[in-house]
Amino acid sequence: MNWLIAILQTTLFVVLAPLLAGWIKWCKCRLQNRKAPSLLQPYRDLIKLTNKQPVVAEQASWLFIIAPYIIFSATVLAASVVPLIAVDLPTSASADVIVMVGFFAFARFFLALAGLDIGTAFGGMGSSREMTISSLAEPAMLMAIFTLTMTASTTNLSGAIAHVLNEGMILRPSFVFALFALVLVAIAETGRVPVDNPATHLELTMIHEAMILEYSGRHLALIEWASQLKLMLYGVLIANIFFPWGIAKTLTAEALGYGLLAITGKLVLLAIFLALAETLVAKMRLFRVQEYLSFAYLLGLLGMLSHIILEAAR
Amino acid sequence: MSSSNWTAELLNQLDSAAITVEQISLPSTTLWQIESNHWKRYAELAIQQNVRWVAGWAEQADHRFFINACFEKQGIYILLRTIVNVVKPELPSQAPVYPAANRSERHTQDMFGINFLEHPDNRRWTRHKAWDKHHYPLRKDFPVQGEPEDITPPDMDYPFVKAYGAGVYEIPVGPVHAGIIEPGHFRFQAVGELILNLEERLGYVHKGIEKIAEGRTPASLARLAGRISGDTTVGHCWAACKAMEQAAGIEVPRRAALIRGILAERERVANHLGDMGAICNDVAFVFAQMQFTRLRELWLRTNEKVFGHRLLMDRIVPGGVVCEVSEASCTLIKQDIIHLRKEMSEIMPAIDLNTSLEDRLYRAGYLSPEIAAAFGTLGYVGRASGQNQDVRRDAPYAPYDQVNFKVALEDQGDIASRFWVRYKEINAALKLIEQFIEQLAATGNLTEKQMLQAEWRTPPAGSESLGIVEGWRGEITAYIRFDADNKIARFYPRDPSIVNWPVLEKLTLNNIVPDFPVCNKSLNGSYSGNDL
Repeated sequence: MNWLIAILQTTLFVVLAPLLAGWIKWCKCRLQNRKAPSLLQPYRDLIKLTNKQPVVAEQASWLFIIAPYIIFSATVLAASVVPLIAVDLPTSASADVIVMVGFFAFARFFLALAGLDIGTAFGGMGSSREMTISSLAEPAMLMAIFTLTMTASTTNLSGAIAHVLNEGMILRPSFVFALFALVLVAIAETGRVPVDNPATHLELTMIHEAMILEYSGRHLALIEWASQLKLMLYGVLIANIFFPWGIAKTLTAEALGYGLLAITGKLVLLAIFLALAETLVAKMRLFRVQEYLSFAYLLGLLGMLSHIILEAAR
Repeated sequence: MSSSNWTAELLNQLDSAAITVEQISLPSTTLWQIESNHWKRYAELAIQQNVRWVAGWAEQADHRFFINACFEKQGIYILLRTIVNVVKPELPSQAPVYPAANRSERHTQDMFGINFLEHPDNRRWTRHKAWDKHHYPLRKDFPVQGEPEDITPPDMDYPFVKAYGAGVYEIPVGPVHAGIIEPGHFRFQAVGELILNLEERLGYVHKGIEKIAEGRTPASLARLAGRISGDTTVGHCWAACKAMEQAAGIEVPRRAALIRGILAERERVANHLGDMGAICNDVAFVFAQMQFTRLRELWLRTNEKVFGHRLLMDRIVPGGVVCEVSEASCTLIKQDIIHLRKEMSEIMPAIDLNTSLEDRLYRAGYLSPEIAAAFGTLGYVGRASGQNQDVRRDAPYAPYDQVNFKVALEDQGDIASRFWVRYKEINAALKLIEQFIEQLAATGNLTEKQMLQAEWRTPPAGSESLGIVEGWRGEITAYIRFDADNKIARFYPRDPSIVNWPVLEKLTLNNIVPDFPVCNKSLNGSYSGNDL
């Protein structure tokens, strides 16, 4: 039974990710005073891409072809670790947050290799930028997450969320710092404005898109889907760790229903914040990203220090 | 120093350098003819006077080539000419003195087979693979339809500048881009993200404008000129018509001149609105782009309503214009201006106060006034780097001769300057349109035909003229020579992009690779206008 719900939860993740992407796009369009495409447009795009014949560069090796499958699988596995509607599921018990970060790193490793594989200048450029950014983003992310795990005394996400739920609504300075750090990291890791612009057509400014410039058809569909999934994953992480209220603690139909409703509401709100931020700021100069991520790291560090100084004694 | 002194001064210096100058008066310009071996020496003396190189082109007349270059200072244009023989045509290059002459001379070299001696870079420029090395399309013996192969082979072996060293790598970009834009190739040499060198390779939209212009009637040439660069259709059409009218000795009716002014300023506003949005879009500030695109669209719809064409194509014809502007249309245009001003007053503060946008646009893509002056940089690019130059003020032509007008100027030389100079130009253009409309009411009570178009007179064979107007990108120069029977013998349009493109190579130096697109957009050269 528990396994069934765990699988259901992961499936929900995979199925709903394009909808979230559609909703963000809808919000952005409305904020820019223009008509928005249907919320279902990302699904249509994925179906269209799947039906197209993938075109593979002559120079591409086997790595280029299997990379999309590896990236997608690793991202789905990462999603299975994150509690979406319920805590205490077997998948989240079997792997902790460090494993999740590991899955991301694994997917990114193959994405960067695929970018290098076809030997174009853009692919190499994108891979180089992606690795630069991730090498700065990962420590910041771990720092934020360690702050949480120190509070909950576990690296298990499910356990951490249950701990926050049981403690009730307490304002912890460490959590405020960690929240901001994680938001900054999430924006960088999911390639959103101001770090990267997922909608650009300018090859020279791309980071994520530059690596996947040579992909087409179902390969592209898988990578696009994986990045939508990653975006949702970060959204859920932020929503459920810092605002866990509503998540199902027992596995009854009623609790699960509330859990689904709660996470939907939280994601809808988060997406509006993201769209608003993306409308208000321009993309930053590439060499500013390090300052931005150093700031995220600093916030994470402050979170940890404030935990040790202010909260650990309790 | 009074304005006519520099020509006298230069003539004195030429005289003491033992260069004989034969002076011939042309409509609106003076032609100075010199010996071909003095070609470079002239340039060396001219640059000492801070004279600007404007354009360069050649022409075949039987067994001789006329080689022309145009120079300007303080609104006075001098056409310099020398004659070389078709057999072994060569002359010293002016490019070592005037960097702006570099590509123009390479174009002449490719199209006529004229050899410029001591040229700093005599690689082919306009010639890709569409015709053979020893074929010269603009010579009279080359057929108009060319000698095309079934499939033009790819241009693989162009000798680009190389950079060597640890960590240096090359990024080829284009000619096919991810967005829907004109084709052009950019070759970067970079270390990490820093641009060491940028080389442009243009010519992918070479359409043979100069060749197919030969033998056309004035009306047909005006239509062709309007298609040199789609976004500058009014500017090019006006420059060509002005040259033809001067050659034929025709005075355009005042009302037609005023309408031309309105058309040109409307084109300027539309393009600047589009550019300002595009600059913001290139740094992912999409909100501004959507607003500017909307304003541009509304502006174009008024064009359609009043003038019958969104982009104002073919509204200007030799002798005048084809569209009347009625009282009702005047009211519509005035309302349009009020509306645009109101909208801009809401959008511009939002842009001005956005620090993230400021961070991207200020100090990026810096073009120093010295480099801008050395290349004779035109239009908003030059004016954003303190080049106080505008044909509308320096060499005023109807209807700009009777208006109050201030040239928009910025001196920071960065992308932000080029953004704000466009905004200032929009404001100036709106004021100009208002003045033109006011003056429209005061143009006599002739019949409509007489008010809009002067009757065409066949100009004498061999008559030539330079038509110079300020297009939205900057000064446009159109050279026309008539044959017998009202036919065009030679047409050379110099789009401002031809002068401004090389500057992009300079202003991107020391920027980082991902900042190139916005640098490029801030300059926004025309590929089509450059390639001809």
